[in-house]
Amino acid sequence: MLSYDVTIVGGGVIGCAIARELSRYRLRVLLLERAAEVGFGTSKANSGIIHAGHHSDPSTLKGRLEWEGNRRWPALAASLGFGFRRIGELTVAFDEDDRRTLRTLLERGERKGVPGLELWPSARVRAEEPNLSTEIVEALHAPTAAVVNPYEACFALAESAVRNGVELACGEPVKAIDRDPEGLFLHTAARTVRSRFVINAAGLHADRVAELAGAEPFTVKARKGEEYLLDKRLVGMVKRLIFPCPTPHSKGILVIPTFDGTLMVGPTAHLTDKDDLTTTAEGAEEAFAGGRRLVPGISERDCIAEFAGLRAVLEGEDFLIGPTRVRGFLNVAGIQSPGLTAAPAIAERVVAMLADEGLELESDDAFEEGVEPPVHVAELDLAELAALAARDPRYARIACRCENVTEGEVLDAVARGGRTLDGIKFRTRAGMGRCQGGFCTWRCLALLSEATRAPIASLTKRGGGSWIACERGDRAAGEVGHD
Amino acid sequence: MISARPLHLRPAYDVLVVGGGPAGMAAALGAREAGAERVLMVDREPEAGGILNQCIHNGFGLHHFKEELTGPEYAQRFLEQVLEHEVDVLTDAYVLDVDGARRTAVMSPEHGVRGVDAHAVVLAMGARERTRGAVRIPGQRPAGVMTAGFAQKLVNQAGYLPGRRVVVLGSGDIGLIMARRLVLEGAEVLGVFEILPHVNGLSRNVVQCLQDFDIPLHLSTTVTRIHGRDRVESVSVAPVDEALRPLPARGWEVPCDTLLLSIGLIPENELSRRLRLRLDPVTTGPVVTSAMETSRDGVFACGNVVHIHDLVDYVTQESLLAGRSAGAFALGAAAAPDNVRLVPGENVVSCVPHTITTEREHVVYLRVRRALKPCTLRLGEVYERPLRYVVPGETVMVKVRPRFLEAFHGDALRVDVVPREEGAP
Repeated sequence: MLSYDVTIVGGGVIGCAIARELSRYRLRVLLLERAAEVGFGTSKANSGIIHAGHHSDPSTLKGRLEWEGNRRWPALAASLGFGFRRIGELTVAFDEDDRRTLRTLLERGERKGVPGLELWPSARVRAEEPNLSTEIVEALHAPTAAVVNPYEACFALAESAVRNGVELACGEPVKAIDRDPEGLFLHTAARTVRSRFVINAAGLHADRVAELAGAEPFTVKARKGEEYLLDKRLVGMVKRLIFPCPTPHSKGILVIPTFDGTLMVGPTAHLTDKDDLTTTAEGAEEAFAGGRRLVPGISERDCIAEFAGLRAVLEGEDFLIGPTRVRGFLNVAGIQSPGLTAAPAIAERVVAMLADEGLELESDDAFEEGVEPPVHVAELDLAELAALAARDPRYARIACRCENVTEGEVLDAVARGGRTLDGIKFRTRAGMGRCQGGFCTWRCLALLSEATRAPIASLTKRGGGSWIACERGDRAAGEVGHD
Repeated sequence: MISARPLHLRPAYDVLVVGGGPAGMAAALGAREAGAERVLMVDREPEAGGILNQCIHNGFGLHHFKEELTGPEYAQRFLEQVLEHEVDVLTDAYVLDVDGARRTAVMSPEHGVRGVDAHAVVLAMGARERTRGAVRIPGQRPAGVMTAGFAQKLVNQAGYLPGRRVVVLGSGDIGLIMARRLVLEGAEVLGVFEILPHVNGLSRNVVQCLQDFDIPLHLSTTVTRIHGRDRVESVSVAPVDEALRPLPARGWEVPCDTLLLSIGLIPENELSRRLRLRLDPVTTGPVVTSAMETSRDGVFACGNVVHIHDLVDYVTQESLLAGRSAGAFALGAAAAPDNVRLVPGENVVSCVPHTITTEREHVVYLRVRRALKPCTLRLGEVYERPLRYVVPGETVMVKVRPRFLEAFHGDALRVDVVPREEGAP
């Protein structure tokens, strides 16, 4: 039986960040993910916002980790090469109540040491963001807010962790956990491993994993957020993240210029079942009404794609991070917003906790901080592209023409671990544009099949039973090599 | 099939054609016909022919060749002519950029990134399909929701099935043709659902693809929700009221593993936007003159990039014209400018071309807003013609001859399609 120092259950951004942080040390670390690839749960449906640091109450754990996390992202992005841009945010006020809220946020931020916070009168707001509603009376500008591609961050963290020795096993939900004096045993369908420490970063399913381990029970609820992506035509309509004044449960419907520039409206926030990833007519109405209140020029007609994600919410709404009554079993649960922002700080905190619990941390001299970032042809100028195409002709053949993604990029995504259409899409943007995969899906399937020698009919959108095409003839669709 | 031959890519051409589908091939031929010596046609696929190559059904060429061909046969006939006329054909290549001075950047694995100058450019990039996002169907996001055109490629070119139990949303031609194809390939097609009270495709496809194969057609009915976590498991459908709002109480659920979308095509205008061409908000393609010239000198456009055509034969006709105009422009013999604007009037949503001249004969393509049985097409006060019927799914073609316009001295001609007046023949 294989034996590890630490096993992380859950390969979302939290699990990936912890894995990467642990890979700095001489440790045997296993990262277990139930889905086909890392980041395929809550993380990929995240808004991609690195919050400015002033939103959450500093008396809460998430309030403290928000700003700590924010400060770590630029260095992380620089060494791992994923997209990160400090575009700043405006929280806008429509009336006197809102203006009071802005002052509370300002005071909170200043208390935490968030720099650059500034109240803008309406004239300044209009000058900087001319497409915002003219009913906005004041806004709080927070220059520290940033955007990332959340899935790219996940992939890069996992890739860095794996290069530094972490073992990654996808498609392996944990079925049972038991223990003896020497440690914990985790059982998946494929293996049983022994581990001195287990980190429960299982997101929506952290309550079930805690129960399997016999830790103190808690309940994770799912709060759904629907998001609506708008056509590229609207790129530049707003330059910053636009927030309404928050309510106790949610930051409200935002207008989000994503890292790629495409605008997104959402997320909604409603409790639901853990498998409810539906988008709804009501959700769309709420998101667009909310978006239009901030930016009146936004229209449902410009929607090109929509998706929903589920936040993992605990009673009390705070993060739950720390040891349990089961020796060696630590929870990192209830990581809802600002979870992405806080992720790097959470990872450091967890490593420190493991040390407190008796894990010896000996720096690994072979640790490499950086990962060679993937090439995005769409970001190159003609001279750079010409040089690349001359070196490697696979970068001169377009696979996805909405987003100008080349065959070389698709093959690189496969080489970095992409095994599903979504895995390729999130790494390269192939299929994310206006035609939503109409043209490139076949090319991506063919390249993936060729590179991995997997038959076309065995390939999936995102693992499990999400097959894309089936064989002709008598074999039934469900029988063609799917699990 | 004849393919392209190895090519020495020149740094400059008389005419560069972007796209090697039916529009691009006809434009290249048109340019040669007009006397342009050096013509380059660029296509991103390894074989020219465009979407025709996946349209293995017949029904092509009845107008142009007076015989019934399959898509690949129609493409092959043109490709042979293109090669015979010594057009340079660059496949597996992509036009990255075109600027106002008609300098282009072309990329291919064989040639890398190369600058190519052209005296005239013809945009013939075709169209793409509208997707789920465009109609915003609520529900889950399982695999198995795909455009009819993707399914067509999967079945006809790759040799796979998109699924076994298929529902088709939208009654565009590709959807109707794929409904039949999937039945022929052994899949079950549970129905075609169309939100409008009329079919969007050609009437002949309703008969030949649905009625002949007993595939149910539900008009004024739409898909209201998609179910299934990993793969489509079912869809909810419901009739709609006159404002096209679904009436879920009267709806039902259809178990299926695939939802094909055939909800329309959108001109592919990334390059047109880069060129900042004037675009028609209705067709979403460039505004064109009767010579198929766009708002930029020397940049022409034809085929589905301009407006969506019912038949490839019409694409060919329009593109030959665009190619001839581009060839003439490249040789410094551009046609005289147009002097009359066409203005869509009653029951007309779009007219292409957008302007005409009183000097030449023109073919004008119209789309109507609503169906009418016996009706009258009217061009201002100068011309009137009875029509047996019009439907939104079928283009109306009008030949405008100079003699109609002899008595016309205005600068704008309104185009109406109105109910036939009482007592009229």
